[in-house]
Amino acid sequence: MIITGLFHKMKKISKKDELDLYYSILRIRRIEEKIAKEYINWKIRCPVHLSIGQEAIGAPLKKLFKSYKDEVVSGHRAHSHYLGKGGDLKKFVCELYGKKNGSSGGKAGSMHLTDKKSGFILSSAIVGNSIPIGVGLAYSKRIKKEKGIVLIFFGDAAVETGVFFESLNFAILKKLQVIFICENNFYSVYSNMKYRQPQNRKISEMVKGIGIKTIKSNGNDPIKVFETYCKAKDYVKRFKKPIFLEFETFRHYEHCGFLKDDHLNYRKKSEIDYWLKNDCLRKLHTKVNKKKLIFFEKKINKEIETAFNIAKKSNFPRNSENKKKLYA
Amino acid sequence: MPKKRIITFAEAINEGLRFSLLKNKNLLCFGLGVGDPKEVFGTTKNLQKQFGNQRVFDIPTSENAMTGIAIGCAINRCPVIMTHQRLDFSLLAFDQIVNNAAKIFYMFNGQFTVPITLRLIVGKGWGQGPTHAQSLQSLFAHIPGLKVVMPSNPNDAKKMLIQSIEDPNPVIYIEHRWLHDQKGHIEKSFNSKKIGKANLLMKGNDITIVSNSFMTTEALIAAKILRSNGIYADLIDLCSIKPLDEKAILKSVKKTRRLIVLDDGHDFLSIASEIISIVTIKQFDTLKISPKKITMPNFPVPTGYSLTKNFYPGHKDVIKYCQNIFDKNIKYDNFSNKNFHDVPHIRFKGPF
Repeated sequence: MIITGLFHKMKKISKKDELDLYYSILRIRRIEEKIAKEYINWKIRCPVHLSIGQEAIGAPLKKLFKSYKDEVVSGHRAHSHYLGKGGDLKKFVCELYGKKNGSSGGKAGSMHLTDKKSGFILSSAIVGNSIPIGVGLAYSKRIKKEKGIVLIFFGDAAVETGVFFESLNFAILKKLQVIFICENNFYSVYSNMKYRQPQNRKISEMVKGIGIKTIKSNGNDPIKVFETYCKAKDYVKRFKKPIFLEFETFRHYEHCGFLKDDHLNYRKKSEIDYWLKNDCLRKLHTKVNKKKLIFFEKKINKEIETAFNIAKKSNFPRNSENKKKLYA
Repeated sequence: MPKKRIITFAEAINEGLRFSLLKNKNLLCFGLGVGDPKEVFGTTKNLQKQFGNQRVFDIPTSENAMTGIAIGCAINRCPVIMTHQRLDFSLLAFDQIVNNAAKIFYMFNGQFTVPITLRLIVGKGWGQGPTHAQSLQSLFAHIPGLKVVMPSNPNDAKKMLIQSIEDPNPVIYIEHRWLHDQKGHIEKSFNSKKIGKANLLMKGNDITIVSNSFMTTEALIAAKILRSNGIYADLIDLCSIKPLDEKAILKSVKKTRRLIVLDDGHDFLSIASEIISIVTIKQFDTLKISPKKITMPNFPVPTGYSLTKNFYPGHKDVIKYCQNIFDKNIKYDNFSNKNFHDVPHIRFKGPF
């Protein structure tokens, strides 16, 4: 790892951290796969934007930003951030099923997640529109003298919105303790970056121009992602300034839904092959022995089965609930 | 008994802001011009000096993000009062207002409240034109989750501003630029009641006049002229557009059996249309004649001095209608500014 002058020299990631990281990625992967598997029964009746392929970016959140005072906001593809930050699995699955004990009583679904106790504040589904909310949270922390930093997740399309630059400008102006995280998977639905941004543009380079420290890293390399977060956290705390991270990554499934959509040929086969070969789970495989792996799989499977069984058995909210809680 | 104080509408807003900023040390007040030398027509006068630039501040010209930032602060219990010097500018923030502010309490099943107040100032006259003079209360009132208020006098301006700030929901606070210099009595203290009650400004059995904001000035002029001609009107000043005090309107129409609604929104889908629809659906049989809407035409406000002459409807339209339905010749002096139609009073000079 290259350590630049701005950053403290950091210790190498420990064996335990590596295992925890692997577990967290595997857990998110299996949960997402279970959602995909169950979707065909048409009982999950809301759009889902699965994080499969991009889990390395959400996975270390709980470990590195453990306190609920470190707060996360995200966009439509938020499962891995929610689960990675320690959002409650049962409430999450119940919410997908539209059940009364879901995280928002069935009113929100996959695209609008929340679990305040874990520090996952909210996700919303209009590209870019939760970014200023995260900046506002950071500003309110200053007013109330609260601890913690704010992590704001969004995709490559969000950097094409005006609100992104407006929010960034304010965070820089007020020196807010925010980590902006761009998960660049190169596609806005089916539209490749080349149709949306000039060919030779690098997002992190462009963003740097507005006056913020940026780091670009391979989002599919869990160790690199982990170390980048460590650097970012250290930078934000020491310099009391925001930072911008760009993680390049790739989604395995369709933009929205439970299937793969490579037959539509909007992504080149060579591109797909490259990313599958560099899948974040694969990268860590060699670090985990077979015995441990079996143990992990078993433990995760049990947790998932319990959550899905609860969700399936739970009651729907009463119909009269739908007009409640309109005004406080 | 202590003497009643008389202050302007702008001073009343300034007092309401100061009162609220003193009361809640987490309350923030920001917007373009909040800390500049003119201090939003005097409404934010000396606030930055008193409360510091962390709580009261000028912002980047980023209406959309700043509204989102307000929402982020608000869900962490730092209520925000944000100002737009023209309502038209707030349209840049429609995504945040509609998709976040109005939805968050409902969508997350009550786990967050969004106590933000957006002060939107409506321009009129001196060539404000198509993009600086829109009164779009219908647009905001259409969205479930938002509250919309439109005070018409200094006392209500202060009272309702405090109510709006203390309300746990997003409130659109629409203030008319021509009201800023109007003077009025101000109560010594306010009991912070909830938003949603209309004021009965005048009592009468002959006709119900419903109005809001600056249209209430026009309605008051009309109602006084009518009274001197022997026609007595119930004059209902709505104060709050949403929630709407339906009860007050229905009760009054039951008595007078005639209804005029003044609203400075465009005619189509206006607040006036909604009120008339409510009355006709709920108590059609109480109406003696068709209700009347006095609203803005369905095209933008032009800029040029000559084009705006006779553009804005007002008290004359109320009188014309009453002359007709009561079959009576109504005599009155011309109340409006005889020299110029595009300023609120003779001392007023542009550009604002």
